[in-house]
Amino acid sequence: MCLECGCNRPEGFSLHAFDREGNLADHEHAQGHDHGHTHDHPHPDAEAPHRSIPIAQAVLTENDRIAERNRGFFLGRGIRAINLMSSPGAGKTTLVAATLDRLATTTPAAVIVGDLQTLNDAERLRGRGAPVVQINTGSLCHLDASMIARAIGGGAADGARLLLIENVGNLVCPAAFDLGENERVALFSVTEGEDKPLKYPSLFQTVRLVLLTKIDLAAATGFDRPAAEENIRRVAPDAQIFALSARTGEGIDRWLDYLRHP
Amino acid sequence: MHELSLMTDAMEQAQALARRNGATRIHRIRMRVGTLSGAVPEALEFAFEALKPGTLAEDGRLEIERIPASFRCGQCGETLALQEVDFTCPKCGGPLTLAGGGRELELADMEIS
Repeated sequence: MCLECGCNRPEGFSLHAFDREGNLADHEHAQGHDHGHTHDHPHPDAEAPHRSIPIAQAVLTENDRIAERNRGFFLGRGIRAINLMSSPGAGKTTLVAATLDRLATTTPAAVIVGDLQTLNDAERLRGRGAPVVQINTGSLCHLDASMIARAIGGGAADGARLLLIENVGNLVCPAAFDLGENERVALFSVTEGEDKPLKYPSLFQTVRLVLLTKIDLAAATGFDRPAAEENIRRVAPDAQIFALSARTGEGIDRWLDYLRHP
Repeated sequence: MHELSLMTDAMEQAQALARRNGATRIHRIRMRVGTLSGAVPEALEFAFEALKPGTLAEDGRLEIERIPASFRCGQCGETLALQEVDFTCPKCGGPLTLAGGGRELELADMEIS
């Protein structure tokens, strides 16, 4: 439910923008997809010859087109856009909060965060020196390029050099949707089990960096870090791997250096 | 997980193209779906059957060509194209590394009249 107007829109997505100081600046509700419902009924005409025609088109052509436009926007404005993906609860929001606390004063940053419902993540991230836009996808299990286009069209990344996009927590669907980001980063927490990359290769194979999060809990959970890293390399042989804890700050400097110097 | 919305988009694209070609019926749609596309063929088929009433494809059928991904075995060095991914070499039991491919999610062609 939208806290500003009290409306509840299960269909389509909604967007709430918080400025650098954490004040609610803008919100809107939009229909996510407009599927014009045409109802064509075939007319019986048994004489019409059947013919085969090529299509040769990606199903996500429209998303990919908008994603390329977003990419051009980021390129033109010198914005580095990073798509953060993981399962729910891997620590994306905690990492983004810790990142803003350490980086936002020196690197102009902005955040777009996606969840099916609630403004909870934006509430946790607002007031940390970066504007935050919360996208509620309603029933959709991923962010898509049109949602990012709407957010940046509304000024979500204005003035930023770094845009952190926190995707919906899901290791399947976000992988298929190009947002126009410059790079993808996967988070993989030590509580999830070492074989996550092998179970969800379609996501892990698209990233250039994997963050092993909650590394402070590694001993308590019996996490086999060499096995986890080997599994990552089998899916994404060229990806870098950093281990960190956003809670204790262990390993976070390497991540900050990565953000400052790609 | 998102096969219904993917199939909705796919059928809109197919119908728009069919109309541009002066067709009133779609008899067959062929898709190419990669092992690592994130879409499950059975779920796409289910979505197609649920969506087709009232469309040009009302009496049509969906054919899905499954596209494998490439893997390389770290033990025997074999390169394999696999549709079922379990990261264990079917020849020697060694560990497989993903070598690419299998991300296709495309409308290939269709039969219309």
